[in-house]
Amino acid sequence: MSSTEMQELEQFTDQEYKYGFVTDVESDTIAKGLNEDVIRVISRKKDEPEWMLEWRLKAYRHWLTMTEPKWSNVSYPKIDFRDIIYYSAPKSVKKLQSMDEVDPELLKTFTKLGIPLEEQKIFAGVAVDAVFDSVSVATTFKAKLKEDGIIFCPISEALHEYPDLVKKYIGMIVPSTDNFYAALNSAVFTDGSFVYIPKGVRCPMELSTYFRINEAKTGQFERTLIIADEGSYVSYLEGCTAPMRDENQLHAAVVELIALDNAQIKYSTIQNWYAGDKEGRGGIYNFVTKRGFCKGVNSKISWTQVETGSAITWKYPSCVLQGDNSIGEFYSVAVTNHKQQADTGTKMIHIGKNTRSTIVSKGISAGKSNNTYRGLVKVGKNAKNARNYSQCDSLLIGDTCGAHTFPYLEVSNPSAKVEHEATTSKIGEDQIFYLNQRGLSNEDAVSMIVNGYCKEVFKELPMEFAVEAQKLLGVSLEGSVG
Amino acid sequence: MEKFQEVKTWYINRFESFERGLNGESKKPIHKFRKQAAGKIPELSFPTIRDEEWRYTDVSPVLVHKFDLYSISSTSDIIKKQIEPFLFNNSEYITLVFVNGIFNAGLSNIPAVTENVLVMSLKEAFEKHQSIVENYIGKNTAADSGIFSEMNSAFLSDGAFILIRKNTVVEQPIHILYLSSTESEIIIQPRNLIILEDNTRASIIENYETILHSLYFTNAVTEVTLGKNANLNHVRIQNESTKAFHISLSETAIDSSSVYTYYNLDFGGKLARNNFNAKFVGQDAECNLNGLYLLNDGQTIDNHTMIDHKHPRCRSNELYKGVLSGKSRAVFNGKVMVRKDSQKTNAFQSNKNILLSNNAIVDTKPQLEIFADDVKCSHGATIGQLDEEALFYLRSRGFSLEQARRTLVSAFAENVVENISHKAVLDYLEQIIQEKLRNENPLSESTVLE
Repeated sequence: MSSTEMQELEQFTDQEYKYGFVTDVESDTIAKGLNEDVIRVISRKKDEPEWMLEWRLKAYRHWLTMTEPKWSNVSYPKIDFRDIIYYSAPKSVKKLQSMDEVDPELLKTFTKLGIPLEEQKIFAGVAVDAVFDSVSVATTFKAKLKEDGIIFCPISEALHEYPDLVKKYIGMIVPSTDNFYAALNSAVFTDGSFVYIPKGVRCPMELSTYFRINEAKTGQFERTLIIADEGSYVSYLEGCTAPMRDENQLHAAVVELIALDNAQIKYSTIQNWYAGDKEGRGGIYNFVTKRGFCKGVNSKISWTQVETGSAITWKYPSCVLQGDNSIGEFYSVAVTNHKQQADTGTKMIHIGKNTRSTIVSKGISAGKSNNTYRGLVKVGKNAKNARNYSQCDSLLIGDTCGAHTFPYLEVSNPSAKVEHEATTSKIGEDQIFYLNQRGLSNEDAVSMIVNGYCKEVFKELPMEFAVEAQKLLGVSLEGSVG
Repeated sequence: MEKFQEVKTWYINRFESFERGLNGESKKPIHKFRKQAAGKIPELSFPTIRDEEWRYTDVSPVLVHKFDLYSISSTSDIIKKQIEPFLFNNSEYITLVFVNGIFNAGLSNIPAVTENVLVMSLKEAFEKHQSIVENYIGKNTAADSGIFSEMNSAFLSDGAFILIRKNTVVEQPIHILYLSSTESEIIIQPRNLIILEDNTRASIIENYETILHSLYFTNAVTEVTLGKNANLNHVRIQNESTKAFHISLSETAIDSSSVYTYYNLDFGGKLARNNFNAKFVGQDAECNLNGLYLLNDGQTIDNHTMIDHKHPRCRSNELYKGVLSGKSRAVFNGKVMVRKDSQKTNAFQSNKNILLSNNAIVDTKPQLEIFADDVKCSHGATIGQLDEEALFYLRSRGFSLEQARRTLVSAFAENVVENISHKAVLDYLEQIIQEKLRNENPLSESTVLE
């Protein structure tokens, strides 16, 4: 590599994380560590029903018997689960009647992040639930949604107001004993969003949650539960940021999506947690369990993710296709830079007849990062005429990074058709030359090529997010190729 | 904790009696190699499906048996006539015949070629070319190659030894025939050492066959070393008894500008697992890997391959195809590693499977790990059934459904072997393929396309 290329690569690695500020809000934080009492405290603070506490304790007791999974293609020092604060809430959060009562500091934070919490400033048609550290601080457009019977609120509130719904669906597709981090989340989750779309309703606006980790030494364990009842439709967006800190923080969320007959859920994520500095100090460990359940016939769940942040991203948004004719989709762009590590992909479990799934994954590695696609396509014995198409492409920028592809295809039905394709490439010198020739600078050329490379995924994002994602990518790749 | 402790102890005890039986030979330097491997066995465990590399293949059926070592006294007398079907109707080939893992000079055919071509049993090579054997044996196997490979090393006694010295072309193919003929449950552990020095060319056929379709366990290790500018065509045929177990490890090192073409063909075995590892130790070299597995009811075949690109401008092409019928299971796990300095690498990998029955299972995992940016790599995998339109086309031309299916399946399978340059071998393989497909219990009604 020539020295100018190196310089430009360095320029690129000097990119600053613009969401790295800390908000000075007084917090209600409990002591570090984890035991049954901590769980009781969390449950009491949330004033939860008794069954919820039992559920948490059951998960915790099971968690104690589990060992940390080691099979992933990422490495990190052992996490000390006693050194994490499991509950932290901005003090002023109690019983907000309207937006005016929200701590102005908090509002400023979300404004800085570009999250228009104040309803008057909101750009048309996005209802936002903002989660700050462990608790939900504000939910907008609630009343309007209520008119259609749509429930969109923090899950802690749902536990009070719609306990039957929560009890019926929570843990349905990610059981509290599912895996190490899901069990931990089930024991200590503090908040998250709850969405219920009633029968036959098409949710009139995009629903959105914005997650923010602020307090030091905290872990964020939120739990999102989305239920689309028969014939309904919802599109849901999720975004995340965190301050810059030298220590690593754990984010172990659980997201459950449940689609009944003829229902559709579209779930989009732009994950921009703090990724650590260029030496790999600090950053978020994003160990998340996301799973969708196409329970009903003709249901459809679509995951779209743009993963640019986090020191380590380790997650597999999955679809269990149980209903006949149900559809699962997964579109992903994962960018890693500096010393970031990503081991991400999806699982498509075909159980019902005529189930279809599509996987499009685009990995981009730069700096000294490692980017892994790992995906499972499983066709059960009764999944007649199941169909899967997977495409996983990797793009390498520089020769100090790594790209890995580990697809698992497990097929036990002869009528299934499963295809997997993957390629690895770099940005061609001739491509850059062509664009230079037409007057584009190197940076614009790279940005254009990369955006073209990711287009298949970006076109699945809701419009506002697509713009943000493109910008995010453009910024991260400035000066990366000479 | 240790699930298979009992069977492990069994093999450790077998080693002790094996060692006693060696008499004077245990004083020789080669025995150090055995002892070293045997010393590792107590520390190692047999794999279970909890091991990522073995997650789809449960070896416990192999481990419930206590296979004994083969003793020459129990030999069944094989006569020339019995081995004829396996000789490709060709007496010109250089042939090494092993019965139950022991070299049989009477059945073999080793014409005196030139002094540049050494073909003999490994046992003989211990005597005549001790320093070469010591130099090469165990050189390509990884330190962590696992318990089965260590067992093979510990019980090292016989196998094929082939050395082609510099600037030599061997025209006749060299055929290594391992024939099992046993009524007792024995373990056969062949060890093959194949060395091609610089500027050489050869063809080798490594063939595992059976006369009595009985229960036994073959645990083979083959080490291949190619110097610079060498060209080796290596056909490996595994057509063991369908009651038998077959576990193999092939370790290949390929130096600059060499071309290694490998055919990995599996037809037999109740459970077969092949580990194939190739690494480039020089630049501009090429590795072509062609695999075929045809499974009938009751079979499990697992292929693990790893191609390690460590140097610039090397090429690898990998194509594995499988046809499954009855209650059977095929596993493919292919890994291509492109290390940091191997710029301008081209690596292609593909795995294609056809399922002909409702009870067949395919688990495939084609993996790419890339650390260099100026490379062209791709991989793909498909699992499906016969193309309906192709079937329709053939039927519209008067083929019966049965004929149409068989035509398509054989075309799919034979495509893998069609570039084998020795007509006799090709004919032999086509015959096995046809026979295998005939046994596939055609048209169990549920598999007919609706």
